[in-house]
Amino acid sequence: MLGFVIRRILFAIPIALGVSVVCFSLVYLAPGDPLQTVLPPDATAETIAIVRHAYGFDRPIPVQYLIWLWHVLQGDFGRSIATRRLVSLEVSGALANTAMLALFAAPLSFGLGAAMGAIAGWYPGRAIDRLVTGAAVIGVSLPNYWLGIVLVILFAVEFMVLPASGMGQSGSAAFSLWRWSDARFLVLPVLTLAMIPIGIIARSTRAAVAEVRGLDFVTTLRAIGLGEGAVLRHVLKNAAPPVLAVMGLQFGYLVGGSILVETVFTWPGSGFLLNKAIINRDIPVLQGTILALSLIFVATNLVVDLLQAALDPRIRRR
Amino acid sequence: MDGGQDRGPPLLEVADLTVRFVGHEARVQALAGVSFSLRAGEVLCLLGESGSGKSVTLRALMQLLPPGRTEVAGQVRLAGQDVLALRGRALQAFRGGSVAMVFQEPMSALDPVYTIGQHLIEAIRQHRGGSRAAARARAIGLLELVKIPAAARRIDAYPHELSGGLRQRAMIALALSCTPRLLLADEPTTALDATVQIQVLILLRRLQQEFGMGTLFVTHDLAVAAEIADRVAVMYAGRIVEEGPVAAVLRAPAHPYTAALLASTVHDQAPDQDIPTIPGSPPDLGALPPGCSFAPRCALVRDACRIGPPPATHPAPGRMVRCLRSADVLATPLASLATGDYR
Repeated sequence: MLGFVIRRILFAIPIALGVSVVCFSLVYLAPGDPLQTVLPPDATAETIAIVRHAYGFDRPIPVQYLIWLWHVLQGDFGRSIATRRLVSLEVSGALANTAMLALFAAPLSFGLGAAMGAIAGWYPGRAIDRLVTGAAVIGVSLPNYWLGIVLVILFAVEFMVLPASGMGQSGSAAFSLWRWSDARFLVLPVLTLAMIPIGIIARSTRAAVAEVRGLDFVTTLRAIGLGEGAVLRHVLKNAAPPVLAVMGLQFGYLVGGSILVETVFTWPGSGFLLNKAIINRDIPVLQGTILALSLIFVATNLVVDLLQAALDPRIRRR
Repeated sequence: MDGGQDRGPPLLEVADLTVRFVGHEARVQALAGVSFSLRAGEVLCLLGESGSGKSVTLRALMQLLPPGRTEVAGQVRLAGQDVLALRGRALQAFRGGSVAMVFQEPMSALDPVYTIGQHLIEAIRQHRGGSRAAARARAIGLLELVKIPAAARRIDAYPHELSGGLRQRAMIALALSCTPRLLLADEPTTALDATVQIQVLILLRRLQQEFGMGTLFVTHDLAVAAEIADRVAVMYAGRIVEEGPVAAVLRAPAHPYTAALLASTVHDQAPDQDIPTIPGSPPDLGALPPGCSFAPRCALVRDACRIGPPPATHPAPGRMVRCLRSADVLATPLASLATGDYR
């Protein structure tokens, strides 16, 4: 097992490097010149050259990458072209805001989705299965920006029990989870964000549990006299690895922040920041955000792999 | 092997056991009134081709058929206990405690993410309680009993880390973990290599005698039946068509189906000679003929065979057959059975 852990961690390093190359070059694949947004339309060729040199855009792209990587490794992501603030501050602030949503949306959707799926998969074909499967399809197919708007209309406009958008009067810097006057701003975005993962996880859990439940060893477990609770425990442990993989992807999606959901609720998170950076062609912010999110994805997948290996001995051999 | 007759009351009595699979469109009669009995320490082999109801019989005895989709009727008594009426905790204590099953495919019959030891310890503690350490010690003892080398190390192996033969030995250890009085073996050697088959058979036979367990052994392999059985019951289309002491039945079958089975085994034929096969195809359990189920494939069929199921007759003490023409089958020497020539 220890060998597997070490191998898997070492394996993550080239993946992270590859991700950084893609992140860096992605921006150059898009049309348009990032300098357009900072320079006045009537800038002289001389000014353009000076600014281009100042940003290092005149050097060969591989050199630019190595310089960028060198700085990134030291924690220096450069400054935002639009706001002149440090990218590291922009990204970490936005990530922290999104993490707050994910902190609630992840346990909510993982717990609820897995529980719903497990019940449905344990009783395939019964009414409860059809109910859960139907609910999961609805959860997956509802566009979440539409759901967000509906929730706002219901709870903020009609009933006036929850705020419609933003993070409250104290703003993101002084936001406290422990004050209801702040925390209530989380409710609607968290619900909106959790809906799709609930559906996806419920469906994959249902599929995994229903499949494992029909395997031969389940008959053996009953034949040695185990009760249904103990049998269910065996089934869940067998069904867990594929569900964990789906949860890992969904966690990445939650931490990445949904551009649509964060825009609907004007939540200053990473999705919101990404949206702004794309519109402004703010390349350093774009690179920093994508890199941070990708590394979180790599780390999440690493954790999922290790959890899967801990649960299923057959994975450790690969 | 002796007939094991007339030694005390039977351990297991099965009377008129009927199983129907209920689907959306069709009902399938998997067992149509199976009756037999088994004494303690006796081995009864259920013989027959796929779909004849051998495995369904075993599963019905442990209530392992999916409850929503099967209808089980009849009487099953183990040491006087009404098995089909057991529910809840009593059923759990019965499964594994009084009756245990060894399955055909040990790879899929063991939970792949639990070690051999975890299986054994869970079963032992389920039935006998006690500490984890005590259960583990007993588990190692069981693995030694089934001749798994380096048992103390192998107990922490996962099923996929063992060879097929060792996995089946572990499966047997799991079945024996709480010293059942009745052992059900569902083709336990079919999935194994030929050389390993013999070892596992010998092991099963030895343990069965050592523990004095009544054993129901399902197989389609006549050689295996000859090796391990005291009595055989030949099943066809959900019925027992012939039953009796193994030597008598295999030497002089009374049912045309048994005779055809014997004729179609690879034995002393010359290499260039075709192996006789049973004409026709296995019966469709959804649409059985009103008379003898074997009638459509039988060389000896008469009009009377197609009217109703033939009654049980007893051509010799301890033998039973359901065939109107059993006297003709018994009168035919085995050698000419191979050619299908009855006259």
